[in-house]
Amino acid sequence: MSAHSHLDGQLPHEPERATLEGRNKVLGFWLFLGGETVLFGTLFSAFLALRDQVGDGNPTSQELFKLSLVAIATVLLLTSSLTSVFAIQAMHRNQVKSMQLWLIVTVVLGLGFLGLEIYEFFHYVHEGHKFSTSAFSSSFYTLVGFHGAHVLFGIVWISLLIGQVYRKGLTVVTAPKVYVAGMYWHFIDVVWVFIFTVVYLMGKVG
Amino acid sequence: MAHAHPVKRYTGLMDWLTTVDHKKIGILYLIAGGFFFLIGGLEALLIRVQLWKPLNDFVGADTYNELLTMHGTTMIFLAAMPVIFAMMNAIVPLQIGARDVAFPFLNALGFWTFLFGGLLLNLSWIAQAVPDAGWTSYLPLASPTYSTHKGVDYYVLGLQIAGIGTLIGGINFLVTIINMRAPGMSFMRMPMFTWTVFITSALILFAFPALTVGLVALMFDRLFSANFFEVSGGGNTVLWEHIFWIFGHPEVYILILPAFGIISEVISTFSRKRLFGYSSMVFATVLIGFLGFMVWAHHMFTVGLGPVANALFSIATMLIAVPTGIKIFNWIFTMWGGSIKFTAANLFAVGFVPTFVMGGVTGVMLAAAPADFQYHDSYFVVAHFHYVIVGGLVLGLFAGLHYWWPKMFGRMLNEGLAKLTFWTFFIGFHLTFFVQHFLGLLGMPRRVWTYLDGLGFNTMNLISTIGAFLMGVGTILFIINIIVTAAKPKTAGDDPWEDGRTLEWSIPSPAPEYNFAQTPLVRGYDALWKEKMDGNDAMTPAEPIGPIHMPSPSILPFLMSLGLFIAGYGFMYAENEWTGIMHDLFASHAVAGAGLLITLGCMVVRSLKDDHGFHIEPDEITGKGVKA
Repeated sequence: MSAHSHLDGQLPHEPERATLEGRNKVLGFWLFLGGETVLFGTLFSAFLALRDQVGDGNPTSQELFKLSLVAIATVLLLTSSLTSVFAIQAMHRNQVKSMQLWLIVTVVLGLGFLGLEIYEFFHYVHEGHKFSTSAFSSSFYTLVGFHGAHVLFGIVWISLLIGQVYRKGLTVVTAPKVYVAGMYWHFIDVVWVFIFTVVYLMGKVG
Repeated sequence: MAHAHPVKRYTGLMDWLTTVDHKKIGILYLIAGGFFFLIGGLEALLIRVQLWKPLNDFVGADTYNELLTMHGTTMIFLAAMPVIFAMMNAIVPLQIGARDVAFPFLNALGFWTFLFGGLLLNLSWIAQAVPDAGWTSYLPLASPTYSTHKGVDYYVLGLQIAGIGTLIGGINFLVTIINMRAPGMSFMRMPMFTWTVFITSALILFAFPALTVGLVALMFDRLFSANFFEVSGGGNTVLWEHIFWIFGHPEVYILILPAFGIISEVISTFSRKRLFGYSSMVFATVLIGFLGFMVWAHHMFTVGLGPVANALFSIATMLIAVPTGIKIFNWIFTMWGGSIKFTAANLFAVGFVPTFVMGGVTGVMLAAAPADFQYHDSYFVVAHFHYVIVGGLVLGLFAGLHYWWPKMFGRMLNEGLAKLTFWTFFIGFHLTFFVQHFLGLLGMPRRVWTYLDGLGFNTMNLISTIGAFLMGVGTILFIINIIVTAAKPKTAGDDPWEDGRTLEWSIPSPAPEYNFAQTPLVRGYDALWKEKMDGNDAMTPAEPIGPIHMPSPSILPFLMSLGLFIAGYGFMYAENEWTGIMHDLFASHAVAGAGLLITLGCMVVRSLKDDHGFHIEPDEITGKGVKA
């Protein structure tokens, strides 16, 4: 359990798995994402069950959704997933500066996504699609909003990690944190792929 | 190598508030779970007093609904689950030869969120806004239209906060069992209790997030006028039933599997025989866990899902009887030809077997969808689930507590008192619930606060009430036993039953802070028994004696849970009839925000501040350790 034998020089090849604490953290986080999958799965089920319950006179998904805006948001988030991979690759090469740079790019792209989503929500509310309008609107805002809240949490988390690595450097303690934050970021990206398909594309077509 | 980081170590109350030691957390779970067990038991007794004669007016209909709801909710979420977590914490790391759980800090966080969630739920009694829509909180009864006071808000937020703790605990034990086993402890050498905890943790991981979503949706409906279950807005009340039971059915296996594990350990130890059919036991446990997710709609046969759905869920439910039957036969074959010692722990375990079979048989009866239309919402169902939960889980927990008490506290419970506990509780249990099968078949509906004279219900309800009080006497005897035992010196040896088979009996009672001075080398199933049979006094160590790294205590888990507790109140009372500053603070969501800020702030502190822990040096590693 010598997690804290401080670095005398070279960082191990996979610093996130170098200690038992690191391995526990990575495995625990995989399992946590398993639970998150059930969480979003249930939210998707609720949305699918209620998405046709629009109510009289309220805007339908066909009228509301502007795919161009959502497509831009999708590109931003997918790209941020790629840049987070670059960050982890840089970590494995022990290039701290490059890792931090890619993490900053990831955060900026995430902020761009979040900005578009907030704009989108304001626009919908303006169109009369409020949280309490119908079962469709409630389940829509809950599903997409849960995802948005996850993005916001990820942005704050990764920003704090950037600062932490800046202060403490890349060690066997900080590396697992960066690694699981990367896993988290991929997960919310995958969830978005499903939201884009199930909510927006199917909402526009079906 | 082991340079000393100064670590503040607390004593007294602060020690308990900051501990990250799984054995102490186990004791905390036991105390808190036991406390809620007494509250839930008291509610049960009040229910039985109300029902002892026809047209009784001991409590009103409204109070009865509250008692009924809080009894179910408290017993499932705040009594049964925490006592299971107490056993998991106290025993699993010892059984796999680990010094600690994978995430000691999260372990403490799990306990404190459970406790604050449970307190929030029960403070509804003081606020005089008690949940009264049943423990399943079906819609539209629990909707803002039909449940206008804040009772269901307490239910939603209390369970939400407590549920976080359960989920954290599940992940923690999965990682602990996968990553922290001693050398040689392969999966198929793990003790049966550890196996069942492993599967239960997996069920927790995949079942609780569904409840989280259900509670969030109900909360949004109630607090922010969402329309998930609001039919006028296009919502769907059956959706709640699906979500609730997709969580709720695995939940009953979350409860019973650890009891299966405890029974396996106790029967094997006191029969002085290897557990019969170990691999089939493991297989049956995994299969029950898997099938547990496939059967949720058998709670909804009368909803009208159609014959195809009902038939499929009916067959899937009956399938579960197969692995469960395998277990029953394995326990009987373990006892067969063994030199059985009827200690109190073993009495509970042996009493479990026929009792649980009865609960299982009525389970198969209920699984037949056409017949279920007759049983549905009658006392037959009440009898069934009390046979599996009290006759199954609670007898299992009693067996485990009597069996592991010396390992947790260093003292043996008084055998005479313990046997008296068993007989009063066991007879009381059957008196209470056996007659309820027939009440149900006669047509007495569950959840109704009284009944008319002349329906043939009178005598059996009286018997049931007498039985409930006998169970109360059994519980009081158990508490007396605890008090009597606590006054005695700590004299329990490493292996006080002398027939211990698993690793927890190879170390002192109670276990020292670091559990194992040297990590043991496991050479087979029933690791300690194998060494005994090979003529060895102790386990073979897998490492030389050296300094042992320990995590530092921390107050953050307590504060994070306190933050959630405050936030829960903040959200609940954002709409209130108060005046002045209190109204403004709550109405502006300032209180809710402050609570969340405390929790998130603590998370940031935890992330930024490295926990270096401390080392216990070899010369400190002597005989007895942790104070209980």
